[in-house]
Amino acid sequence: MIRIGRLFIITGITSLTLALLFGALASIQFIYPDFFPEIAFYKARPLHTSLAVAWIFSCGIGAVYNYLECTKIIRLRILGLLHWLIFNVTGILIIISYFQGTFGGREYWEFPPVLSLPILFSWILFGIVFFLSVYKVKSWPVYLWMWGTGIVIFFVTFMEANLWIFDYFSSSVVRELTVQWKSYGSLVGSWNMLIYGSGIYVMEKISGENFYAHSKIGFVLFFVGLTNLFFNWAHHIYAVPSSEWIGNTAYFISMTELFIIGRIIWKWKSTLDSAKKHANKNAYLFILASDIWVFLNLALAILISIPAVNFYTHGTHVTVAHAMGSTIGINSMIIISFIIHHFGWNNSGWVKICYWVINLSLGVFWITLITSGILKGLALHNGEAFGAVMSELNNWFHVFMISGVTLALGFLALLFHFFFEFLLDFPENLKQKTE
Amino acid sequence: MKLQHKRLIFFSLVFAYISYSVFVYTKGTETKSGMSPEAHSGKNIFQEKNCIACHQIYGLGGYMGPDLTNVISVKGEIYTRSFIENGTAKMPDFNLQDEEINSLIAYLTFIDSTTVYPDSTIRLTWYGNMDKKK
Ligand code: HEC
Repeated sequence: MIRIGRLFIITGITSLTLALLFGALASIQFIYPDFFPEIAFYKARPLHTSLAVAWIFSCGIGAVYNYLECTKIIRLRILGLLHWLIFNVTGILIIISYFQGTFGGREYWEFPPVLSLPILFSWILFGIVFFLSVYKVKSWPVYLWMWGTGIVIFFVTFMEANLWIFDYFSSSVVRELTVQWKSYGSLVGSWNMLIYGSGIYVMEKISGENFYAHSKIGFVLFFVGLTNLFFNWAHHIYAVPSSEWIGNTAYFISMTELFIIGRIIWKWKSTLDSAKKHANKNAYLFILASDIWVFLNLALAILISIPAVNFYTHGTHVTVAHAMGSTIGINSMIIISFIIHHFGWNNSGWVKICYWVINLSLGVFWITLITSGILKGLALHNGEAFGAVMSELNNWFHVFMISGVTLALGFLALLFHFFFEFLLDFPENLKQKTE
Repeated sequence: MKLQHKRLIFFSLVFAYISYSVFVYTKGTETKSGMSPEAHSGKNIFQEKNCIACHQIYGLGGYMGPDLTNVISVKGEIYTRSFIENGTAKMPDFNLQDEEINSLIAYLTFIDSTTVYPDSTIRLTWYGNMDKKK
């Protein structure tokens, strides 16, 4: 029997490889628009973002299937395989549509809306396999709650993201944008549920303790996360002329995240202690990095959720820092940790080198984005012309491009290692052993 | 935490979410006037050509080009039209028909009528909020 979880991870790793190539291309084109005109910037950008999102989802889904397979509770495996097939075929169709220049023209996923149908259908299959497999498990650990919630919420918010095809929504631009960002905010929350759940699962395996997954604090944090997933999307749209209560709700709810920040600071010491204990494991290193990035990105997210700060940072690269910092620093680090742990690649020195290259260049990348964003925001508010501001920031954009390319190289070196290791044991490692 | 408590919190949140969604779908997002069919088709072209990869509306979108929320009232229709017709070194020429360009202009004119972005007259309050009433 073929291992569905691992198939999804292979799809994820392939998506990330392509996402990095298109991302590097787009960041070069941002400064030199004539570079490689065969795939112009307005195609390279959605190729990059969609494939990056595919990496996160595919590995998040893979982690869930892996759990079901490793604990041998998986049911209706064939539907899982079908899920994987549809996921891949749709992905290829989306890539083709971008190359052809046919877009849905909205943020993140700019593909034509008909391609949402197969995705929705495959997601139903995923839901069936998951819930049929786990419903007999007694006393669900928090990650099962998170995965189950993530699966359902994705389905709901993905449908919501497509509501614009109805006249009622698209005929009011304000309603359309509000609902668009409402759905996207929660959709990101749904993949976070999959990924954070997997992170907790990996930590449980690394430390050999299952205390956290059943603890009160684990569930309290889950509910704080869920509250933010539901109600904290509007910090993206303070500038959209909708009623004020929509923004105020987000502002109020976002402050509950201070609780999470507080907790991270509170347990700093114990994090350091366990870092010393497990520092020799690569999987742990990546979890540790994700913890640090959680702290930094959460602080940034809380800051830009304050309308008075958002007023200056909105529409600048600070928002990109928020998005990239979270998807790379948090989501990707957890996923990589999961992959390393799952395949047992804990001791490779090559992985350690990649770890440092990735994290250091991400640090430079992140700071550059924030700085150039703040400078742009201030200059535009002072009434400077767009063209003048952009050329003033040119040096920053170069640092952004160079650190972006180094970051991509660090990841590519890591992925190269993964592919190499994987092929050594292929196709045995795709087979589920049956007793 | 007991299972009943988890369920109670969970379903209360879900209930609040559903109610809030219905609220957002129906209230607080109206515009003063509706969009004309021409502007609506302009919106579709704006999406199909993925202008948002480089431009922003209300500060939302890509970062290579400028925000277009108020381009019509600030820079004028003729100026806007010439960009869309010819492109620039950075912006592609999409070879659009006159009719499509008119629709895009109608769409941008509609967007322009909905707000001023960024609104430099907004006052910031001591608790970090924006006072839009002026
Ligand atoms: C590849 C990126 C890109 C795409 C795609 C793009 N533009 Fe542009 N656009 C730019 C840039 C950059 C500028 C600023 C002028 C320059 O630096 O060349 C600009 C300028 C403009 C301007 C003038 C704005 C001002 O304030 O001066 C308008 C209007 C405009 N674009 C409309 C559109 C429309 C409509 C579309 C979609 C059909 C579109 N653009 C697609 C990059 C792009």
